Amino acid sequence: MSEARLFFLQRLTALVMAPLVLVHLVLIVYAVQGGLTAAEILGRTQGSVLWGLFYGTFVLMAAIHAPIGLRNVLREWTGIGRRPIDWLMVAFGLVLLGLGWRAVAAVVGGGA
Amino acid sequence: MAEGTLEVRIWRGGDEGAFGAYAVPARENQTVLDVVTEVQRRFEPSLAYRFSCRVGVCGSCAMTINGTPRWTCRTHVKRVAPEGRLTIEPLRNMKRVKDLACDMDGFLEKWASVGTFEGSATRADPPAAIDPASPARREVDAAIQCINCAVCYAACDVVAWDPHYLGPAALNRAWTLYNDARVADRRAVLESALQPGGCHTCHSHGACTEHCPVGLSPTAGIAGLKRASLLAMLKGGRP
Repeated sequence: MSEARLFFLQRLTALVMAPLVLVHLVLIVYAVQGGLTAAEILGRTQGSVLWGLFYGTFVLMAAIHAPIGLRNVLREWTGIGRRPIDWLMVAFGLVLLGLGWRAVAAVVGGGA
Repeated sequence: MAEGTLEVRIWRGGDEGAFGAYAVPARENQTVLDVVTEVQRRFEPSLAYRFSCRVGVCGSCAMTINGTPRWTCRTHVKRVAPEGRLTIEPLRNMKRVKDLACDMDGFLEKWASVGTFEGSATRADPPAAIDPASPARREVDAAIQCINCAVCYAACDVVAWDPHYLGPAALNRAWTLYNDARVADRRAVLESALQPGGCHTCHSHGACTEHCPVGLSPTAGIAGLKRASLLAMLKGGRP
């Protein structure tokens, strides 16, 4: 994929993630302040299509965004070659996607 | 500070080397280039350094002065060393050849890699009618005064981190070509600026703009190239 496309994807995913991050932060503060237990939280998320979509999208965006940035960091700060870095980052993105979606499935799936 | 002596340290050697220390008389009106010249004339006839015009036109006398890349001919000692201590090294990010002279091949090859001016007009055509007030020409005018002194290239941290990065001067050149209506294949110019190590490698630190002795803003030109790449991609598919 060309540098221009990666640049575009990184900006686009940042654009999508910005509001998601805000909602996520507000949610954490709300859950902590209200003293919600894990069971109460799961009670609200399990079976919720909306939260599934919200966090599913979040994970996808992060899995695209982070490897593009990390690729630049590795290029500038390590002696690893360009091709190996590209493949490493594809793998890193897939790991993020796998772990993230698995977590989303655990929170949203089951119950209800 | 006219009275007294300057404590001057000057790099001697290539990539391996050491500083030489010299005591140079402080004068009322004295540029760093004057100091280097005085050291060569009086103490070190073998000291290698580059200069030509002495008045900020040719761009060949740039060196690192107390850690900052500058034109030595336009830098008064009083301004950068009020305490009378000067450390003079060759420019960063290039191989050191000898003393204060560095190998500019890499810098110039990157400059050339973004393309040279190739117009579509022939001798038979009338001169191109370029409106000086057009937005594209204004972009060119704002960036065209670069004289290849490599101060921006030495100031850029991204060049230090990623030797593939084209650097501010080359990308500034690409930006002027891309906005020049007389250039035959502007798309090719843009694509050469989008190669790996091209404009998207820039972190927009702005060190080039901060240090450019002519007051240009390569950072703005590089941002323009990024913008142009997005527009080209959304319009025409490729880059």
